[in-house]
Amino acid sequence: MTTETLQAPAPRTPLQEFWHYFKGNKGAVTGLVFILIVCFMALFADIVAPHSPSDQARDALLLPPAWMDGGNWAYFLGTDDVGRDILSRIIHGARLSLSVGLVAVTASLMMGILMGLVAGYCKGVVDTIIMRIVDIMLAMPSLLLAIAIVAILGPSIVNAALAISIVSLPHYVRLTRAATMAEMSRDYVTSSRVIGASPLRLMFVCILPNCVAPLIVQATLGFSTAILDMAALGFLGLGAQPPTPEWGSMLADALQFVQRAWWVVTFPGLMILLTVLAFNLMGDGLRDALDPKLKQ
Amino acid sequence: MSHELVLNAHNLKQHYHVKQGLFKPEATVKAVDGVSFTLDRGKTLAVVGESGCGKSTLGRMLTMIETPTEGQLNFLGEDLLSLSKEQQKELRQKIQIIFQNPYGSLNPRKKIGAILEEPLVINTQLNKAERKAKALAMMAKVGLKTEHYDRYPHMFSGGQRQRIAIARGLMLDPEIIVADEPVSALDVSVQAQVLNLMMDLQQEFGLSYVFISHDLSVVEHIADEVMVMYLGKVVEHGKSEDVFTQPKHPYTQALLSSTPQLSSDKRRQRIKLQGELPSPLNPPSGCAFHGRCQYANERCRKETPVLRSHADVHLIACHAVEEERLESFSGAA
Amino acid sequence: MSLLKLENLSVTFGQFRAVDQISYNVNEGEVLGIVGESGSGKSVSSLSLMGLIDYPGKVSADELSFMNQDLLSMPEAQRRKITGSDIAMIFQDPMTSLNPCYTVGYQIIEALKTHQGGTKKELKTRAIELLNLVGIPAPESRLSAYPHQLSGGMSQRVMIAIAIGCNPKLLIADEPTTALDVTIQAQIIDLLIDLQKQKQMGLVLITHDLALVAEVAHRVIVMYAGQIVESGPANEVFSTPKHPYTQALLASLPESAAGKARLEALPGVVPGQYDRPKGCLLSPRCPYATDHCRNVVPDNQGPLERQVKCHTPLDTLGRPAA
Repeated sequence: MTTETLQAPAPRTPLQEFWHYFKGNKGAVTGLVFILIVCFMALFADIVAPHSPSDQARDALLLPPAWMDGGNWAYFLGTDDVGRDILSRIIHGARLSLSVGLVAVTASLMMGILMGLVAGYCKGVVDTIIMRIVDIMLAMPSLLLAIAIVAILGPSIVNAALAISIVSLPHYVRLTRAATMAEMSRDYVTSSRVIGASPLRLMFVCILPNCVAPLIVQATLGFSTAILDMAALGFLGLGAQPPTPEWGSMLADALQFVQRAWWVVTFPGLMILLTVLAFNLMGDGLRDALDPKLKQ
Repeated sequence: MSHELVLNAHNLKQHYHVKQGLFKPEATVKAVDGVSFTLDRGKTLAVVGESGCGKSTLGRMLTMIETPTEGQLNFLGEDLLSLSKEQQKELRQKIQIIFQNPYGSLNPRKKIGAILEEPLVINTQLNKAERKAKALAMMAKVGLKTEHYDRYPHMFSGGQRQRIAIARGLMLDPEIIVADEPVSALDVSVQAQVLNLMMDLQQEFGLSYVFISHDLSVVEHIADEVMVMYLGKVVEHGKSEDVFTQPKHPYTQALLSSTPQLSSDKRRQRIKLQGELPSPLNPPSGCAFHGRCQYANERCRKETPVLRSHADVHLIACHAVEEERLESFSGAA
Repeated sequence: MSLLKLENLSVTFGQFRAVDQISYNVNEGEVLGIVGESGSGKSVSSLSLMGLIDYPGKVSADELSFMNQDLLSMPEAQRRKITGSDIAMIFQDPMTSLNPCYTVGYQIIEALKTHQGGTKKELKTRAIELLNLVGIPAPESRLSAYPHQLSGGMSQRVMIAIAIGCNPKLLIADEPTTALDVTIQAQIIDLLIDLQKQKQMGLVLITHDLALVAEVAHRVIVMYAGQIVESGPANEVFSTPKHPYTQALLASLPESAAGKARLEALPGVVPGQYDRPKGCLLSPRCPYATDHCRNVVPDNQGPLERQVKCHTPLDTLGRPAA
């Protein structure tokens, strides 16, 4: 037998362990890199973008991308019907899409955790009431519900974000409730109760940290849904109002030029696709890395 | 050692109502049905029985995780069940529990230090440094190293986790530890380490143990008194050496003879029990054991036996013992 | 006659050797006990016999033969035919070894059909026969029961019925009673031993319960950290252990300590993947370890029927040889 002894690795903290598993998933890392690039673009849109998103170049309407005949390197991805630089609008649109996603996800995550924890912890009547409300929300098509909410509140970005967060709420509530109920039956929760921990402490200090893994995954995937829904609302004219650059409304505005100038719709559409894909890839990677059952 | 009573349970009952379906009436499961015992300071009472006999439910009632449907629970002269919530919270610190599965009983997202200090955060006014000092002192007592303070539970082996669980149980200076199968999930050599630790701590702190187990050889080693349960009822209760050398109840005898023995001279004539534990949803009439008992007669099938004193201190619930219908139990094969 | 023979069997998972060059054989009509703590490789070694080690595990051996047929070199399909009919296995957790979606009868008949064949009626009669044999009351009605309707003991009986359905020559029982209550455990062990005698099977009983092995096994193998440290006739190994590990294991049993004295606990834990000692694997925990033990891997000593992997095997009084 060989006598070589393997060096024992230092015990890893949960964060290091997570990163160890996450970086093994190439798709997830690609997604993460793309998201970081989009985030960077959004944060420094004013510096990165070559033009102002609302600047109208009267002499360059519907200019094709730079590498095509008649293209201009000053307008890399071409211009739209009123002469606005598409690249700049996409970069500025990232800012909007990401912040809407962030607001919508944070809002629904917080409400969802609260309702789910309470439902899972209290059980009984409280649980029944909360879960029936959630069931009713789930029974309606989510986009239709969002449209209804925006129609009542009036079309604006803030209202659209609010509508999206309400629509995605049921998923978070169900997820948190299921995780809470699973954790409640574990012995460590019982021993905390024997020690005399209060219900609030049990819910938030004891149980919640053990439920975050599926929630993080759901939130990441929720981000992409929020961006998609936002684009849909924007496309229907219920989200961002012109001339605000937003990927969905860019699509809607350019619809009439699809046949003459493919680039006006292709690039915003591609951007939506790639961002959503990146979030989904990263969500999958997160799930694999955070779910202890998939580790040996 | 003087006999100081710490815990006195009288006629504890835990009945659950189970819905059986839309149109069927609710059934009652008598998980624990009238259990009484006393526990002296520094002593160990073992509760033995097979799964489903109600021993774990009993442990949960003693630690007030579950409120008994009926009965009294006296801790140091105070009736725990009639106290106000505040007083209950005060006293329940003194009765702690250790679970069987050391992998589920520690919060996986917390460091060992935080786990040990949690009882102090909730129940005391100590500041951070004082808490840490206490936690480190307790870790040393149970045989953990200082550097373990900042580690997470998943970095420890089963035996070490059980040490951590014991340390947490001791943080509030309890009087009683309810140990629910504390060594069942451990390997033999590690089991010995943990049992030794538990006995050392009992000596040092004058702890009283309620030791719930199905492993009779472990119980024989650690217990002063043994209580044998079958389907929610106590069938035999007595001093450890009496129960192990002269088991009276047919069930205890069967239990002892079923336990494998290492040395051939300790092996007993195997009493073959027919059948399995009856469903608690539909318990047999009379003595719950009659379906599996070779001594059962008409009276056993009809009349429920009560726990009676036999030869001074030994308590047995069996008609056959009372009527002296039992053959004497052979110690060796 | 020797049924199963293995020579230097190893199972590795990447760098980690779960089973480290073990050799033993099982004879016809013999009960062989394999004891060890968790992580000793006792379960992995039996899974490797059945060809149940999945990637990334690797099995290697100088010899692995069943009734003089080489299991390692034979085609996968042929091997599957042998494992399952001639070699059968039962597992620890009876509640998860049965598929909850199908009835007991379906699962027994399915197993019989795969290996024996026959008409539907024949198979059903055989299934009822088998359930009768393993002591299940009212077998006809049990055929249509689903696993969740059975208790743990009953499920284990069904598993045994499936295992012996094809009249195996060798039965491997991996912790067959660990999940069961002690009175049920006694029933199941009695049943296994009865069947073993009746059918003159070889029985490999893998367990952590030393007393159980002491009661029923003819020969016993003690494993530690993937290696066989001691083997021999059961009564000899348990009365006069030659390996310090066996001695310590026996001493740590509560029933070995008279009265309320402290138990003789072996300090430390089983070495893991990263802290395998250079010499004898027990050396960090062994009370008798010398520098020689810490640096040089011991060889098997003694005759084939009573081997011990130790530099200084213990004598009959339990002291290390000089």
